[in-house]
Amino acid sequence: MALLISVLEQGLIYGIMALGMYITYKILDFPDMTVDGCFPFGVVLAVVMIRAGVPPIMTLPICFFAGCFIGTLTGLINVVFKVRDLLAGIIMMTALYSVNLRIAGRANLPMYDYYNIFDNNLLNSLFEGPLSFLAGFQTVIVLLIITVVVKLVLDWYMSTKSGFMLRAVGDNDVLVTSMGINKGKVRIMGLAIANGLVALSGSIYAQQQGYFDVSMGTGTAVVGLASVIIGTSLLKKISFFKITTSVVIGSIIYKACVAIAIKCGLQSTDLKLITAVLFLIILIVTMDRKKKVKG
Amino acid sequence: MLELKNICKIYNPGSVNEMTLFDDFNLTVPDKQFVAVVGSNGSGKTSMLNVICGSILADRGEVIVNGNNINSQRDFERQRIIGRVYQDPSKGTCPSMNILENMSIADNKGKPFGLTRGVNKHQINRYKEMLSQLGLGLEDKLYTQVGSLSGGQRQALALLMSTMTPIQFLILDEHTAALDPKTADIIMELTEKVVREKELTTIMVTHNLRYAVEYGDRLIMMHQGKAIVDKDGADKKNINTEEIMKIFNEISVECGN
Repeated sequence: MALLISVLEQGLIYGIMALGMYITYKILDFPDMTVDGCFPFGVVLAVVMIRAGVPPIMTLPICFFAGCFIGTLTGLINVVFKVRDLLAGIIMMTALYSVNLRIAGRANLPMYDYYNIFDNNLLNSLFEGPLSFLAGFQTVIVLLIITVVVKLVLDWYMSTKSGFMLRAVGDNDVLVTSMGINKGKVRIMGLAIANGLVALSGSIYAQQQGYFDVSMGTGTAVVGLASVIIGTSLLKKISFFKITTSVVIGSIIYKACVAIAIKCGLQSTDLKLITAVLFLIILIVTMDRKKKVKG
Repeated sequence: MLELKNICKIYNPGSVNEMTLFDDFNLTVPDKQFVAVVGSNGSGKTSMLNVICGSILADRGEVIVNGNNINSQRDFERQRIIGRVYQDPSKGTCPSMNILENMSIADNKGKPFGLTRGVNKHQINRYKEMLSQLGLGLEDKLYTQVGSLSGGQRQALALLMSTMTPIQFLILDEHTAALDPKTADIIMELTEKVVREKELTTIMVTHNLRYAVEYGDRLIMMHQGKAIVDKDGADKKNINTEEIMKIFNEISVECGN
């Protein structure tokens, strides 16, 4: 049971990050490595802010907008300076490593003794009082609410005119130009929203884990891509699910696979190896490694 | 009115592959004129359209719309008053979105793409009526993904989408070339109807000499960056396909192909 809860928690947190990667990878066709730096960027911002006394709930929107700023920079490097997508991400990822260290001041920064979005007076009194039958599910319920809200907002955005342009730019950017819209701006906006979601996910992860570690981000992009590919490939036949739901479920399935691998005797130090091997297996099974054919 | 003045364009300057496409090319298209442009490959037809639309920049010369020089405008800025249909049917539509969403995008051209609903439900009947005029049965497929339509259907939709909002120029870039002969005829009929109904200033590039002769008010044949035939008015009406074919064969023989 504890394992199941842990899988759900991790899956939901990484699910928000995967929603961001869904925008870059699936919609914009942009393999965005910024994520490896942007996720711990969200973590370190949240930890530093909470240690400084900022209300935990406020760290979420702040981290989202900070992530949007990071995504905008990646977009500018790619669109204005015409640096290839993969390289633009790697440049940002490398730079963010040092930025994160500078914000934290050291490689490891704990915040175990502070209240956060999962552990505060309001929630504790609710779960000790009227909701006491749900004790033990506190974190997962809060996460579920946050993830569903993020998903619904993203779904709403995708149905607006601005969202239509974002979908169109990945699909057929000639049409975006025909509409008199600067396709570069739309791409930058997509990257901004995506990295906003990634940093938001990082800020939630910080509060669930209770610390920042500089190496936290390594492999985040791979986890995100794996989740997106599982979600969009395995669940594509079930039209009942919206694509955003599929991506979050993909993330949970991915985390479950990792948990099973560790349960089968692998060490937690093997985590990155498991991540890489799982991703490879998923790519082979789903055949997604073929460049997507534009109809 | 659209004017191209003293356009010069040299590809790969300074290299062994240097190719002078336009050397002092001039063209004036008055309002509401429907121009058909023919010519062999590499004669500069598509390059001319690209210079107008800003997809490629001329080395020298001016592009003038209604007396205003638009040289400094970027491609997406110019396309606010231009509708363009491409040879490739997939370029005019979004394959992963449905017909309704595609039409909603096109209908919003020129307005901001903000955070209001992408699809306006009140417009559905208007869209259906427009689609039914195409006569392809698309009005019953509003929720079908455009990627699953046939090339002809997509091209008809692209033509409709490019002319939904008020535009000043319609640019047709070999828009029937990728279609089978029968579908191409249908699309050409539709084009004629739309152009006449909306009185659009139109430049149509085509490889089909018959279309160039049958449709349009003016016929231009391009060869090595020059308009070697340019007939309008009564002259245009008197042209027949054989005559044009003869000139076309002559220039082709000259080039050795």
